[in-house]
Amino acid sequence: MISAFDNFPALLIWLPLAGGLAAFFMKDEKSAKTWALFSSIITLILMGASLLYTENKYFALNQVSYYWLRDLGSSFAFSLDGMSRILCLLTSISFPLIIASTWNTRYHQPNMFYGLMLLAQCGLMGVFMATDALVFYFFWELALIPVYFLASQWGGERRIQAAFKFFIYTFAGSLLMLIGILYIYLKTSGPSFSMASFYSVGLTPQEQAWLFWLFFVAFAIKMPVFPFHTWQPDAYEQSTTAVTMVLSGVMVKMGVFALIRWLLPLFPDAVAKFDNIVIGLSVTGMVYASLIAMRQDDLKRLIAYSSIAHIGLMSAAVFTVEHDAMQGVLIQMFNHGVNIIGMWIVVELIERETGVRRISELGGIARKAPVLTILLVVIALANVALPLTNAFVGEFLMFNGLFRFSPWYAAFAGLSIILSAVYTLNMIRNVFLGNTNSLTEKFREITMEQRLILSVIVVLVFMVGVFPGPMFQLLDLVSENIIRKVAHKQP
Amino acid sequence: MNAIIFAAVWGVVMMYTGVVSRRKFVPKYVAIAGILLLITVTWLEYAGLPFFNLPMKGMMEFNAFSQVMNLVLFTCTLFYFMLSGSDVEEVGNYGADYFALIFFVLCGASIVTSFNTLLMLFLGIEILSIPLYVLASSDKRNLKSNEAGLKYLLMGSFSTGLMLMGIALIYGATGSFHLAAINLSIPPSALLLSGMVLMMISMAFKVSAAPFHFWTPDVYDGSPPVFTSFMATIVKAAAFAAFLRLFMQGFGKLHADWQLLLAIITAATLLVGNLTAVFQQSVKRMLAYSSIAQAGFMLFAVFALNQSGKQGLILYAAAYSLATIGVFAVLIRMKDYTFEGFNGLAKHQPLVAGMVALFMLSLAGIPLTAGFFAKYYMLLATLKTGQAFWLVILAIVCAAISIYYYFRVIQAMYFRDGNDPGLRVSEGFKTTLLVTGVLVIVLGIHPDWLLQLLN
Repeated sequence: MISAFDNFPALLIWLPLAGGLAAFFMKDEKSAKTWALFSSIITLILMGASLLYTENKYFALNQVSYYWLRDLGSSFAFSLDGMSRILCLLTSISFPLIIASTWNTRYHQPNMFYGLMLLAQCGLMGVFMATDALVFYFFWELALIPVYFLASQWGGERRIQAAFKFFIYTFAGSLLMLIGILYIYLKTSGPSFSMASFYSVGLTPQEQAWLFWLFFVAFAIKMPVFPFHTWQPDAYEQSTTAVTMVLSGVMVKMGVFALIRWLLPLFPDAVAKFDNIVIGLSVTGMVYASLIAMRQDDLKRLIAYSSIAHIGLMSAAVFTVEHDAMQGVLIQMFNHGVNIIGMWIVVELIERETGVRRISELGGIARKAPVLTILLVVIALANVALPLTNAFVGEFLMFNGLFRFSPWYAAFAGLSIILSAVYTLNMIRNVFLGNTNSLTEKFREITMEQRLILSVIVVLVFMVGVFPGPMFQLLDLVSENIIRKVAHKQP
Repeated sequence: MNAIIFAAVWGVVMMYTGVVSRRKFVPKYVAIAGILLLITVTWLEYAGLPFFNLPMKGMMEFNAFSQVMNLVLFTCTLFYFMLSGSDVEEVGNYGADYFALIFFVLCGASIVTSFNTLLMLFLGIEILSIPLYVLASSDKRNLKSNEAGLKYLLMGSFSTGLMLMGIALIYGATGSFHLAAINLSIPPSALLLSGMVLMMISMAFKVSAAPFHFWTPDVYDGSPPVFTSFMATIVKAAAFAAFLRLFMQGFGKLHADWQLLLAIITAATLLVGNLTAVFQQSVKRMLAYSSIAQAGFMLFAVFALNQSGKQGLILYAAAYSLATIGVFAVLIRMKDYTFEGFNGLAKHQPLVAGMVALFMLSLAGIPLTAGFFAKYYMLLATLKTGQAFWLVILAIVCAAISIYYYFRVIQAMYFRDGNDPGLRVSEGFKTTLLVTGVLVIVLGIHPDWLLQLLN
């Protein structure tokens, strides 16, 4: 039994799980949130430690597998490879940030809130590390349940409907995926659910063609890609900000991650066949979401739509199956998570100070809170992928790949980037510049802790933007491996 | 064999309990003792220690499947007694007699899980059904209960009539009541096929599969809720065991002939159950339709007719029964059976609400609960046959629809405010509910612990 705890993947799952369960039994608010912060920081430290042991000789430290359902050929198997590492890193960085940045928000039943948050973290870690299809499905759903409860119990007036829509969409999608998983499972030799046997299964192009859609719909709903995105703006708007951060910062990455991890290697023929459709959808979604974002008056909805545009670019880049684009997606998943959490933190600060999120009712915050404004501008510019910021690295690579795939798609996608600059700068002008009004007159400058939290994000923005080397080192060979798998199976 | 004899004897013991002791709660504990005894003797027989070695002449066969099924049924009954036993006594003046009738039902249930001839099937089904007619109308002062009993009796007799006709036709075609002999007659004559169709219809009546489900909502709604809980779970599971056994051992070689018909029945059951459940305002009626919807999933076991289906049915019986018994145990104690009645329950009774939410998640088939693996095995079994892919997709759509009505209860309990629903529960009740919930999760993490009993 001890062997179950001397490796990183197992610990990264059990720690948040244990922390979450313990949080349920906390009596008062203070201890619940201190505990949650403590637990998530321990997870972060552990994750940081695991980055020191990435070499091949530490193989045993980075993977775990024990028997689960022997008769079914499923084992409780996880491993930390380059792609898992970067997403687990994102997950473990985001949770302390989220908990710390919403420290002063008061929740009723705080022990439930923080417990569910940590359980969601456990589910996300499982999704990113699972190397067994059934375990992957298990955690895919397990990440969803706590977030459903979080989104319905705390938040705006229409939260119950919004969260329910989100749940029904994603649950329907994942059931389709389950059918796909079962179908492939019955084709494997063994049969077995392990990722290796899934990768080596031989599927005819016809089978791939319909299995592709079963999986793709599940992932597309999660990301979300146009036209499966309708749950997203409502869910982001109605949830309380901490939950919105989890949803947009980490959870949507599940979809992109699953595309790369499962869809590409499993259905190379279908990917070659449908790439134009998917990229077309993604690019359409980018332009469409950017156009809608320009018309939004609610800060949360604006960021929600801008997120659809960013995710659209990632999904388009995945389907180019280009080396550069793939690198870009992998690194951008991390950057997008960091940046969007930064944006939400600012929204949360503004809403807490003024009580509103409507852009038209705000203005002149820069005069009252210059530090906040500077930090926000950096994050916002990172969001539109200005050079020197982290998102530039990712988006540049993705555009590169997309351009090589087809200049037309790249041109359309570029349009959306221009639009994103327009609405972001507009938002900055209307909210931060100009004259103060009655609402923003009493705006207080942010406190030391808040500066610290936002500075962490700004540091991450510049660190990856100026010096992306370590990131690429972490992702070494990941995209080659995937592309080789896709190319290898293609006739 | 142990189970049949002990269940019948304990039924009589229960009747005497009512005569000997007039005190309340005595029958409940005698009944719990009885069910523990039943579990023990069934376990002993499963382990190779039958108490009786009667010449069966091949009329019954107690194999691993029937023993494990009996164990599941009895264990669910144990939880049913512990959670709702005192509510059984509340229904009328004859507390001990209700328990006696339940033991007779269990006797019938253990016959239908292990019959080998059509005669035993018929006997078992009748022993199973007749006490239920009485239980359905046991709330004598309530018109709806009387109506439920009468309706159940009429529809039950009708389906029994169909079954008898089917048996007669099959006997005419093959000259035998034995399942194995019936299975040998290939190619089938028209007589045999029509007999088989009649059998299928009458079994569909018993498990309340569409389009033979019309009695179900009224009977489940009208009967005292505590007996609805029993009818919708243990009795239904037993009927499914009979259904599977009959078609596997009796008509297994004609699989191709009846598969399409059963697929249509399955599809209709799924659609009718799920779509109608969406529009219910009362949780009790919703559960009645949900039991039809779940029956649709259980029919996959009969449709697939393979090992995964068998395992799936065992697991489904356990998962579905435990969750439904748990929900009913709480529902019985609620004053208001509508969805609004559950508003704000989480605030006033956090543990009870948590368990009800868990049971709902299990019924909806969310991972980490037993309901997930139950549905999983059914889908796996069907995919293994390589046929009727449309049915699998339909099942998925229906499972997604079912989220809607199961989650309405969760939403009411957790996210809406309401007055104290006035639910009074004892600590013992809470503990038992918690144990039931733990069992649901254990089966949802490691279903192998139950399924390896089959090997």
